[in-house]
Amino acid sequence: MTKTELIKQLARDCGLTLKQSETVVNTFIRSITQALVDGGKVELRGFGSFRTKTRAARRGRNPKTGETVQVPEKVVPFFKPGKQFRALIDCDD
Amino acid sequence: MTKEDIVTQVWNELELTKRRSGEIVDHLIFTIKNTLKKGDMVKIGGFGKFEVRHRKPRIGRNPKTGEEKEIKEGKSVKFTAGKPLKIAVLNSAD
Repeated sequence: MTKTELIKQLARDCGLTLKQSETVVNTFIRSITQALVDGGKVELRGFGSFRTKTRAARRGRNPKTGETVQVPEKVVPFFKPGKQFRALIDCDD
Repeated sequence: MTKEDIVTQVWNELELTKRRSGEIVDHLIFTIKNTLKKGDMVKIGGFGKFEVRHRKPRIGRNPKTGEEKEIKEGKSVKFTAGKPLKIAVLNSAD
């Protein structure tokens, strides 16, 4: 499912115009992005939480030249699915 | 930040009641979950991709007792951040 399909589905299910539905989806991702940029985290009950993780600096290697390079520390976005979501996915039916 | 904050922002953007905004945000989350449950992935351009990954069975060890135990295979949800989100977060760190 792509973003466009998600917008269409949400519009159909909730009786919104495509424009309104698009606004909802954009607001959703913008809110989460902004919270992560501000260094915070987002907790959505029944879904999961978004936060950032710090990856330590490490020595990497350029696979083409074999040259060793220093990879600096970096901050990456991370999503942890909530208990309910994990249970929904990890069951056999 | 919680769902309430997202609902408030949606409410600010659209001329709907607070309650309806809440229902719509809930439905958005439900749609993402339900799509994954059906085995499809959800790819939101500019944000990231949610997909179901298979976990292989492996031997785990209780770090306290040293006891070995098989961890069963299963499925889990993996979120991969898209480039714009990654870059936004990375740049915010400096």
